[in-house]
Amino acid sequence: MATLLAIGTAKGLFLATSRDGRRGWQVSGPHFPMTGVYAVAIDTRRAIPRLLAALSSSHFGPSVATSDDLGASWHEPGQAPVAFPADTGVALGRVWQLTPAGPGQPDVVWAGTEPSALFRSDDGGVTYHLVRPLWDHPHRERWGAGFGGQAVHTVLPHPADADRITVAMSTGGVYRSTDGGASWSPGNTGIQAYFLPDEWPEFGQCVHKVARDAGDPERLYAQNHHGVYRSDDDGRTWSSIAGGLPSDFGFPIVTLPRRPGSVFTFPLTADSQRFPVGHRCRVWRSVDAGGSWQPLSAGLPEGPFYPAVLRDAMCADDAEPGGVYVGTRSGEVYASRDEGDSWSCVAAHLPDVLCLRAAGV
Amino acid sequence: MVTLLLPGPLRGEAGGASRLSVDAGGTLRAVLDELAGSWPLLARRIRDERGELRRYVNVYVDGEDCRHLGGLDAPVGDAAEVQVLPSVAGG
Repeated sequence: MATLLAIGTAKGLFLATSRDGRRGWQVSGPHFPMTGVYAVAIDTRRAIPRLLAALSSSHFGPSVATSDDLGASWHEPGQAPVAFPADTGVALGRVWQLTPAGPGQPDVVWAGTEPSALFRSDDGGVTYHLVRPLWDHPHRERWGAGFGGQAVHTVLPHPADADRITVAMSTGGVYRSTDGGASWSPGNTGIQAYFLPDEWPEFGQCVHKVARDAGDPERLYAQNHHGVYRSDDDGRTWSSIAGGLPSDFGFPIVTLPRRPGSVFTFPLTADSQRFPVGHRCRVWRSVDAGGSWQPLSAGLPEGPFYPAVLRDAMCADDAEPGGVYVGTRSGEVYASRDEGDSWSCVAAHLPDVLCLRAAGV
Repeated sequence: MVTLLLPGPLRGEAGGASRLSVDAGGTLRAVLDELAGSWPLLARRIRDERGELRRYVNVYVDGEDCRHLGGLDAPVGDAAEVQVLPSVAGG
């Protein structure tokens, strides 16, 4: 089996393929040159894996394309795949997240968008419709926009219960549905919003990314705009796990699909100092669900290092042992085939890396 | 018949054509509505789902920027030439 690493950048999609156990990589691209690729997905639920790419052209607008031949050819429907209904008076900014649903819903794909909304596809990610109850949520008018825009950037379907879906947005925070998206409740208890007069609001937090634990589907991890948290009740309440990290600021947070308790972050110094801590390229790993943390650096660049890692520019694959991947705003991609113990460079001198996804294909 | 001139990046959405004949007129909106029926992917590169021109797409009617002619209400004669050009945006 080969491993495919999809690399979404500010100027196109690159595809890295390894056929030797993730030692060497062949990189093709750019697909969709001069188009921002803000989200990618590799849907391995299908007999033939489907690639999905969220495209954002500064001139010609957003779209979603799919490929059923691992990127050799791409398809876009004539009608806009993701579009707001006319009565909303809103136009899609871009798609920030594409997430295949659980195995029990093989044709369902979720899309998180800017402005903050959730869309659902029932045809494998080709076309989507707005999930109205979240759009009509009375909190929506008070959801804010971070510097990157106001967007639903995280969608986490529950692996065993199709009715349970968790989303996260900046700003707004975590929202949960337990009825398939028919109703939504905020799930931010315990997450601080230091930038608001009320630092512990019901909603309004700037959650940067949320990931689900491999072993316990009730366990989630969140990288916040300052703050790293864990929930053990499927996102209802949260507790800090930032102790042991050199900083609680950052964007991505990633779990290994086959290793319960394993979680990875890329800490930046602070909101006001968005550089890697100490100007060193370090991934931090916990193998005990955030109880303790270790810096990982073997094979990562030595010496001063200034690029950040964006919220979706870190991912894990589904192999054993697990692979972890990190992409930087300076266009480098590093891979570990041993769960973070050692790293090697997959590609360099690419445009800014916006997102990564990897899977066996 | 209105002639629609396309820039290189959009010709793939029009089967490779650099120009299309559109059997509509009166206003730019009518021309683009007709285009959406025949070439929907091309049409949504030019306008969003509200029907508004994308910010960094410029459309010229007989050489004049449509934004100076009333935007989508710009008059378009039966033999007009409508040119689509990407603006100087991007990094």
